[in-house]
Amino acid sequence: MKMNKNAVGRMIPETINGKPIIPFKGVGKHRPEGNRHAPKLSTCIDYPTNGDKRVATIKDALVQAGAKDGMTISTHHHFRNGDLVANEVFQACAELGLKDLIWFPSASFPCHAPIIEHLKNGVIHHIEGSMNGALGRFASHGKMRGTGVLRSHGGRYQSVQDGEVHIDIAVIAAPTADPFGNANGVTGSSACGLLGFALADSQYADNVIIVTDNCIPFPCIPWQIQGNYVDYVVEMEQIGIPEKIVSGTTQITKSPDRLFIAELTAKFCEVAGLIRDGFSFQAGAGGTSLSIGIFFGEIMRKLGIKARFARGGSNKYLVELLEEGLVEYILDGQTFDLEGVRSMRDNPRHQNTSPFTSYNYHGKGNFATMLDIVILGATEVDVNFNANVVTHSDGYLLHGIGGWQNCLFGRNVILPIPLFRDRIPVIRDEVTTICGPGELIDIIVTERGIAINPLRQDLIEATKDSGLPIKTIHELKAEAEAICGKAKAAEFEEKIIAAIKWVDGTVIDVVKQVKQS
Amino acid sequence: MSLKGIAGNSGDSVRSDCQVTYCPADSGGIKIELKSKVEPLFGDSIRETCCNVLETLEINHCSLSVVDSGALDCVIAARVEAAVKLIEPSDKSYLPELIPQNRLETTKERFRRSRLYLPGNTPKLMLNAGIHKPDGIILDLEDSVAPAKKYEARFHVRNILRSIDFYGCERMVRINQVPDGLEDLDYIVPHYVNLILIPKVETAEQILAVVKRIESIRKATGASQPIWLMPIIESALGVENAFAIASAHKSISSLAIGLEDLTADLGTQRTQEGTETFYARSRVVNAARAVGVQPIDSVYSDVGNMEGLRENVLRSKAMGFDGMGCIHPRQIRVIHEAFAPADTEIAKAKKIVLAFEEAEANGLGVVSLGSKMIDPPVVKRALRTVKLAQQTGILAQDWRVK
Repeated sequence: MKMNKNAVGRMIPETINGKPIIPFKGVGKHRPEGNRHAPKLSTCIDYPTNGDKRVATIKDALVQAGAKDGMTISTHHHFRNGDLVANEVFQACAELGLKDLIWFPSASFPCHAPIIEHLKNGVIHHIEGSMNGALGRFASHGKMRGTGVLRSHGGRYQSVQDGEVHIDIAVIAAPTADPFGNANGVTGSSACGLLGFALADSQYADNVIIVTDNCIPFPCIPWQIQGNYVDYVVEMEQIGIPEKIVSGTTQITKSPDRLFIAELTAKFCEVAGLIRDGFSFQAGAGGTSLSIGIFFGEIMRKLGIKARFARGGSNKYLVELLEEGLVEYILDGQTFDLEGVRSMRDNPRHQNTSPFTSYNYHGKGNFATMLDIVILGATEVDVNFNANVVTHSDGYLLHGIGGWQNCLFGRNVILPIPLFRDRIPVIRDEVTTICGPGELIDIIVTERGIAINPLRQDLIEATKDSGLPIKTIHELKAEAEAICGKAKAAEFEEKIIAAIKWVDGTVIDVVKQVKQS
Repeated sequence: MSLKGIAGNSGDSVRSDCQVTYCPADSGGIKIELKSKVEPLFGDSIRETCCNVLETLEINHCSLSVVDSGALDCVIAARVEAAVKLIEPSDKSYLPELIPQNRLETTKERFRRSRLYLPGNTPKLMLNAGIHKPDGIILDLEDSVAPAKKYEARFHVRNILRSIDFYGCERMVRINQVPDGLEDLDYIVPHYVNLILIPKVETAEQILAVVKRIESIRKATGASQPIWLMPIIESALGVENAFAIASAHKSISSLAIGLEDLTADLGTQRTQEGTETFYARSRVVNAARAVGVQPIDSVYSDVGNMEGLRENVLRSKAMGFDGMGCIHPRQIRVIHEAFAPADTEIAKAKKIVLAFEEAEANGLGVVSLGSKMIDPPVVKRALRTVKLAQQTGILAQDWRVK
């Protein structure tokens, strides 16, 4: 197949899964035209006047929705590794004898390993969404028939909105719903906080199925998903495993090395003047990120200032900052623990958001660009600050993009990462897969030093003579190699197993099949 | 059943280590079976390291199985060497490259506020130990190494001493109790160890046995860098002999007390207040000061209790100790902060230092502050206080101009 070089120098095929694609052109260079994609028109007279859209089983709902071979079916990851619905959906598809489906999850988790059987037996053709754990390994061995397509949370919304992906059937697992299809995630035994990742699907899919284990009489308030978009409601005994959806307690890291990196990150932000009255930040759910939030709290207390808003994933520690008044608002994309769920339910300053409100490319603005400090992870970073979040250095596809690409648009993007993991240096000459271009990544904080992107002379100036261990990225790379030795590059077959989309729908890189010895 | 030498560790929770199984053979050359999660990236390099070790040990035929979890070269080499030597004793050794940073020599007076214990056979805890900046790190061959692992730990500690950068920390090793511990010395003395902790010392003769062994190793290998000794008093008899132990040899830089074993020997239990060991600690401080070496306190074992640790350090400092042990990196800062001189001490020390420098500049032999004459030991103490304050970051390097 003909390959073209994109703006970050990666070779990209002209088509993926038979459809033409656009190679990445550079940050902010792609401006698609036309109108938003639209689902088929519905008419209320086709729906029961008593508002009861319930059908007995997922299989019945699929049949009534007209499920056919080759359709695109979406599910969502609000239940994370505790999801029981996606496997049930494709089991039903298999029983109906459906073939060549496209699974369009907002993310997959290790609990979705049974999907491998459906990929093998032809029920599913390929996945457009993250492929983690066993699924990633399966794909990396070249065993999936079609090519996977990985998108950011914002990119998923973009692809639905501009019609790149047409969802035939959306299946939305809802912790609480009414028979009309209004649904929310803040109550019920599978409470997960919010249902933001399913919002686009509810609005744009031809058919929308709500699956719940807590069906209450109309109206279900709040209606995070509106029943007007919903075709069918299915009751299931149990839709999620609560302890795997949200952990009762979120643990900050006990690892002294990670705490060290977290503290160094917070100190950098303080010294560089990024922590000031009215600032905003995003910190994720990983142990290091959680600790950074706590250190931010200490600094705010010390300086007598507060943050205007923090962007979640929320958790107990972020909620504590909100309740202490150190953070005025939480704008939340997902809740990571029960305290987060409680706060979102009860505190009007804890606002649920969707990828649309946060960072959709087709939005009229993008509030990721208003965040002062963004803390993200990476599996690898190269000497040009390009970073990888989807593959490991051995070439295996093991993670999704999540909101990572979208958050790169923050004002100061910091990656606190160890210099090496199990002997594998994190800073490389070239990353295995480019997921984010270096021009958007400002600071790398490792336990052995901090590298500032040369594009950020302001930060270099602000932190010189500060006593912080500022080094160049080349120095950090050399230091990692002195400790670990120089790693060979992973070897690949020719077959492309996945495309990595940029936030605007162009292709920034592809992942190839891993060569097995 | 065929003969096998096994060294190292593997398993789900093991990181940065490998387990090597050596089976000798009479023919067939070298067969290496490698299972490693970093195989695509470092597989060739791991095999090469294994072959280099085998070549040095003059092994031409064997099968070697390596189960690796991301071990660095120096660790792999140590495991292979130990596995082979369990079956085939040899005078040959495979020494990984000595990194230049590890030639660093230390002085007798150097600050020894904190020393971080690292189990000597656990590679993953070594790699980042130096970034936490304790004054010293201890590669422990004694209590933190299981009896069955004592042999392989020696090779591991030797290679770590040569290859891992501890970023300027003093590199210490705790050997096993004398006389068993004497053999440990062969693996560390030629490899730039800075200080040796000798556990459960009860008599000056034990110190002299260590000194004698060090001297003979030096003669045989040409090793000449200074090696300081820190005897640990851990029994009632040791306490009674504290002065004799501290003054046994000029290479003793510090005298430490180990309270876990001591309280057991006293038939009591350790408390937060420490009244049960008040006498012993006072005795150790007094003996150390009488000889002119550093008195060093025991570890504080409740790693979750930072307030308890702080109280403990403040009490320790008030008793006259210069430092204490740590078993977790998070304890280091608390210890450094608590051992840091108080503002009033610094203010006084600064005045004395300035007066001393002025006297020197004017060629005066006598330092005076106002109408008071300052004795040399007081000047020395003040210089040390200023240096400590600078090192702790509470006094600027250029305080004279500020």
